[in-house]
Amino acid sequence: MSEKFDAIVVGAGPSGNAAAYTLAKAGLNVLQLERGESAGSKNVQGAILYADALERMIPDFRDSAPLERHIIEQRMWVMDDDSFVGTHYRSEGFNKEPFNRYTIIRAQFDKWFSGKVQEAGALVVCETTVTSLLRDDKNRVVGVQVDREGGTIYADVVILADGVNSLLAKKADFHPELEPKNVALAVKEIHFMPQEILQERFNIGEEEGVVIELFGKITNGMMGTGFLYTNKESIAIGVGCMLSDFKDQKTTPYALLEQLKEHPSIKPLLAGGEMKEYTAHLIPEGGYKAIPKIVGDGWMIVGDSGMFVNAVHREGSNLAMTTGRLAAETVIEMKEAGKDMTAANLAEYRKKLDDSFVMKDLKKYQEMPEIFHHNRQFFTTYPELVNRSAHSMLHVDGVDKKTKEREIFSSFKHKRSLFGLMGDAYKLWRAFR
Amino acid sequence: MIKVEEKLFQNRYRVDAGRPHVNIKQPDVCAHECKTQQCTVCCPAGCYTLEGNGRVVLIADGCLECGTCRIICDEHRNVDWEYPRGGYGILFKFG
Repeated sequence: MSEKFDAIVVGAGPSGNAAAYTLAKAGLNVLQLERGESAGSKNVQGAILYADALERMIPDFRDSAPLERHIIEQRMWVMDDDSFVGTHYRSEGFNKEPFNRYTIIRAQFDKWFSGKVQEAGALVVCETTVTSLLRDDKNRVVGVQVDREGGTIYADVVILADGVNSLLAKKADFHPELEPKNVALAVKEIHFMPQEILQERFNIGEEEGVVIELFGKITNGMMGTGFLYTNKESIAIGVGCMLSDFKDQKTTPYALLEQLKEHPSIKPLLAGGEMKEYTAHLIPEGGYKAIPKIVGDGWMIVGDSGMFVNAVHREGSNLAMTTGRLAAETVIEMKEAGKDMTAANLAEYRKKLDDSFVMKDLKKYQEMPEIFHHNRQFFTTYPELVNRSAHSMLHVDGVDKKTKEREIFSSFKHKRSLFGLMGDAYKLWRAFR
Repeated sequence: MIKVEEKLFQNRYRVDAGRPHVNIKQPDVCAHECKTQQCTVCCPAGCYTLEGNGRVVLIADGCLECGTCRIICDEHRNVDWEYPRGGYGILFKFG
């Protein structure tokens, strides 16, 4: 191949597909390269799809996309070793179309999205790994090198949608290696069971779904969370913690997952299921402060490779799609105006991001990673205290409630001190405001 | 003791025989200079095992291509990590 394209998109996940789709739809000559045997075969997510980001590109996606269940109930469980205190929010409002959130199975969803990209006119080539970026004598990116014979391909701009590891950007010195404190490792299993059993177990109808976010002792004191999502006839269960924490302890990721599956509140939900896949994936959770440079001469970064994940709200694929779309819209504008794909011109992408929810949300929570890194009581002491308080109040044993209240308060003071409690409240307020 | 092999058995792979995409650069560094050998704990596919003689052995066939080993080896940078050739490696059925 020695043809020259308007744009090359590396990777066929949500950000790459959004970029390639938007570019092709506008009539640009687009090549998308994917290393998997098909789009999605290398991709892992929980997975929740937020409709909005996709709807802005493909308004009628609901007619053809492989969607599992729309979410009508969100549970949040704060867990001790053998109990949880939780809040559930279930609303008939979530049962009104158009639905806002769906569970999806990424291998199927990405394949569907890729089909849309091809329909829009992009050339999608799978089973092809991009090994490096091509540079000219002025160090501008002018194309890519792939692992096929004679595999140099040229383009006006290369959009890196190559995921969290983003080896290409590292090799090109666009950004340094990821730091363990900015990345979470999540492991997940998918368990299949008959649809009727699943629906009965979660008290839901045919298309309805439940999300459970898990927090507390399940991460053995590490900064992290767990999740359980209902698909049509399967359950996704997973747990993730920061790599810097995994590095400092002796539990393997799969032992942590096994421990979660054995929790007395989780085990009955999985009973009788058949595990059909075990996956692992890194999530860039460094937040706003860890976002690298995202444009240069002839190149742009979108999705996970740019750290575009809102860890607090468990949002990633919607940020990925939005960054992909905005990068593509920038390229289209430059193309229409007859401007070159220089760093200065492509900086418009950064401006678009700053004006969108992507940067606004990431900025809002920019202190969060640091606060949780330095305050492990949020993952250990508090979940334990909250659970034990609930147990004490609900366990009827002849002790009066006033005495129990005093005991609970003194146990909080004993574990954290009054000063510590107030400090923690302030830290959370500052992080969330 | 949890056997990760039983989990990996459910997965689909196309192994690029004889061309592992992850390699230990200098095995002696793992054996003598690395005190923690955390790759043997953190790899979610259990690709790294600690031998009785203190050496770390890597068999990448079950690799899930997450990148953990490369990032946590931040002191010695002793992991050579590339993506497999196009079409090879883990092929997620569900993802």
